[in-house]
Amino acid sequence: MLEYATLKLIWWGLVGVLLIGFAIMDGHDMGVGTLLPFVGRDDVERRVIINTVGPHWDGNQVWFITAGGAIFAAWPLVYATAFSGFYWAMLAVLWALFFRPVGFDYRSKIHHPRWRQLWDWGLFIGGAVPPLIFGVAFGNLLQGVPFYFRPDLVSVYQGSFWALLNPFALLCGVVSSAMVTAHGAIYLMHRTEGEIQRRAGRWLNACLAVAALAFTVAGLWLARSIDGYVITSAVAANALPDPLAKEVSREAGAWLANYQRWPWLCGLPLLAYLGWLVTAGLARAGRTFAGFWTSALALGGVIATAGASMFPFIMPSSTHPASSLTVWDSASSQLTLGLMLAATVIFMPLIIVYTRWAYRVMAGKVTADYIREHSHSAY
Amino acid sequence: MSIDHVVDVSRLQFAVTALYHFLFVPLTLGMTWLLVIMEATYVMTGKQVYQDMTRFWGKLFGINFALGVTTGITMEFQFGTNWAYYSHYVGDIFGAPLAIEGLMAFFLESTFIGLFFFGWDRLSRRQHLLVTVLMAVGSNLSALWILIANGWMQNPVGAEFSYHTMRMEMTDFWAVVFNPDAQAKFVHTVSAGYVTGAMFVLSISSWYLLRGRDIEFAGKSFRIAAAFGFASVCSVIVLGDESGYTVGEAQQTKLAAMEAMWHTEPAPAPFNVLAWPNEATMQNDWQLQVPWLMGLIGTRSLSQQIPGIHDIIAVNRARIVSGAQAVTALARLRQQRDDAVALARFNAHKADLGFGLLLKKYTDDVSTATPAMIDAAARDTIPKVAPMFWSFRLMVALGMAMLTLFGLALWASVKGDFARRPRLLKAALYCLPMPWLACEVGWFVAEYGRQPWTIYGVLPTHLSVSTLSVESLYGSLAGFIGFYTVLLCVEMYLMVRFARQGPGSLGTGRYAGDSASLHLAH
Repeated sequence: MLEYATLKLIWWGLVGVLLIGFAIMDGHDMGVGTLLPFVGRDDVERRVIINTVGPHWDGNQVWFITAGGAIFAAWPLVYATAFSGFYWAMLAVLWALFFRPVGFDYRSKIHHPRWRQLWDWGLFIGGAVPPLIFGVAFGNLLQGVPFYFRPDLVSVYQGSFWALLNPFALLCGVVSSAMVTAHGAIYLMHRTEGEIQRRAGRWLNACLAVAALAFTVAGLWLARSIDGYVITSAVAANALPDPLAKEVSREAGAWLANYQRWPWLCGLPLLAYLGWLVTAGLARAGRTFAGFWTSALALGGVIATAGASMFPFIMPSSTHPASSLTVWDSASSQLTLGLMLAATVIFMPLIIVYTRWAYRVMAGKVTADYIREHSHSAY
Repeated sequence: MSIDHVVDVSRLQFAVTALYHFLFVPLTLGMTWLLVIMEATYVMTGKQVYQDMTRFWGKLFGINFALGVTTGITMEFQFGTNWAYYSHYVGDIFGAPLAIEGLMAFFLESTFIGLFFFGWDRLSRRQHLLVTVLMAVGSNLSALWILIANGWMQNPVGAEFSYHTMRMEMTDFWAVVFNPDAQAKFVHTVSAGYVTGAMFVLSISSWYLLRGRDIEFAGKSFRIAAAFGFASVCSVIVLGDESGYTVGEAQQTKLAAMEAMWHTEPAPAPFNVLAWPNEATMQNDWQLQVPWLMGLIGTRSLSQQIPGIHDIIAVNRARIVSGAQAVTALARLRQQRDDAVALARFNAHKADLGFGLLLKKYTDDVSTATPAMIDAAARDTIPKVAPMFWSFRLMVALGMAMLTLFGLALWASVKGDFARRPRLLKAALYCLPMPWLACEVGWFVAEYGRQPWTIYGVLPTHLSVSTLSVESLYGSLAGFIGFYTVLLCVEMYLMVRFARQGPGSLGTGRYAGDSASLHLAH
């Protein structure tokens, strides 16, 4: 069996992979949901837009569910502390997501314009709110979150929902929203034609610009005036996890330390910029499929940048730094990590294979004619 | 005392969200296989009506499935939001089946459900059938993994407490997977889902038959539902949870409570058909008994005793006293990890740690617990008897009623005269709510019956919650109830509307009330 420290490290990477997978797969249909009321001007156009993701949104959403389950299994303390601490933010995500299954399935079952408009805005909320809140959550993790552990490891969160909505965190929310909406726009360009495709193209350029700008400002802000965290005691990577067994201090510039130590990590933010730049070019050249994947690379670059800046921290505590959760002291047992790794290695390739098949079966442009021919079965 | 309040509201919220979710899940479990049967018949016979059946019942299935997904999202995250200490304490074991459920089952189900609805004219007949089968396999596998997780809450095998990490840790994954409680629950629960699916199709088909419309379509649906439903209802009853009751201690407590067995009777124990349990005097005010029956059902033997409530409390009281030692030693160990005396004491009483934690409801320092507190904690180990007793009887009565109905329906399908039996058809129509009621009551028996524990013998419910304010909890509870109720109304509206319209809603021109012809009329 792999060494405990290695397994902990692998799981840090795997949670990252699951989050990036979630951003790529569920991100594009959330982006499509966000754009729906703006890009689709009449009912047929909106049905075209919805049906580009109609057969896939549910499978994509499982990335979110599985990321949640994997965090539960691999980092029980993070699952417990983050989700109970960010209680109302988490509920806002869940409640926004409620609009998606019903919005997709129920919208076109009734012919009333008011009914359909209502669900269109439901799909907008379900698409726009979660990426915004996830960005805000990352923004708060980067600043540290007010919580501590009692000796029996009961976590006590001391902040409020409104304190989460601070300027830096909101800026991170903008990065997240813009990049996910851009990702939805390039997907929409790939699956539609004509006027919808052109409008999606305009949204793509605007969102890419906002994403790059906000990412730059957030990066500078982080480098200049947001304190990072450092473990000041000896790091016991192989030890049994105990988040109260270390000492942590808060230091200016600590979030840049990893880039100084491993300069190749600077490739991650560069990947984001490069991905966005190439996406814009590919979209202009009409190569939307390649553009989708370069946009995906950019999403990966942004999320990995946030993770790499904080490593080995996952959830630093601003009020009791010693209670901070790190890669080394948040993990589940060696047996569970090993087992979950095996399950992931077996099932993830299968999932990718059949998801790809599902997309290939449904490939091609969704058109107004398709909607008219399938008016009883399409969304 | 506000902590009690937090616990109560957290429990209420979990019950509300789980019970709502469980309105949609059983129908999904059953409908997927019914769709497989219908579509397989279509592929084998090539008769169009079977494809229309798959598509129409699939449409209703989709309306239900949407809310199953909606309410299911909550379940995956609610352990973290509202049961943070639970999540930390047992996440090492409980999280794994949840994550595997996502990887193995949800992806499968959710990816193929898209192709089920949208792949009809892009896939060959056999490919589409394969898609439907994979969707059914996915939804049933998800039931397997969630019931493995739930089974572990009832009978926590294959795990051990670690004082270093202050949590339960997995020691044997296969013991968790092949937990007999989990296996019994899986069979019982999915069978109940199949009954729900069958009842749904049987009732709505009966309604078409009563109105004399779409006779061929409704008749073929009726036959399939009757046969599938009869087999499933037999499975629910024969392979019921009862077979698992003697396996773990949690189930013994549950058994004693739901059968109102206050005293240990000489084997084989009599069965209380009806009784009036009295919580205050801890006996039945009156009871109607069948000799031997309980012993036979519960133990499948003539000599094995089934412990009564008084004996269970006495045993648990001793375990609480021993567990208090473990709790005190653990607190010492947390301060001083190499304290050999504390470690020895902890190891001696470790098996009763969870019982010691029951005292935390009454005092923070369990070493100073008074005999009265210990008595109260021991009394807490038995859930309230009357709700258990009556809900179990309601579930069984519903099961028996459905067995009769499906038996008659199957007999009439074999004879082929069901369309001319309005009384049978009416009965089938009015029995529609039965499986849902039985499923909800069954959930209650299983989960309420495990109280005061979240993990039997390991972690008491009152220690499992997040440190949230009561205000937050009332707010979120109101939000969930409001959201779910509105969505349920919308769902019911659509379901009734499409069920009334019938297969005409497919717009094929082959059925009564066809959408296509309605459009022309406009």
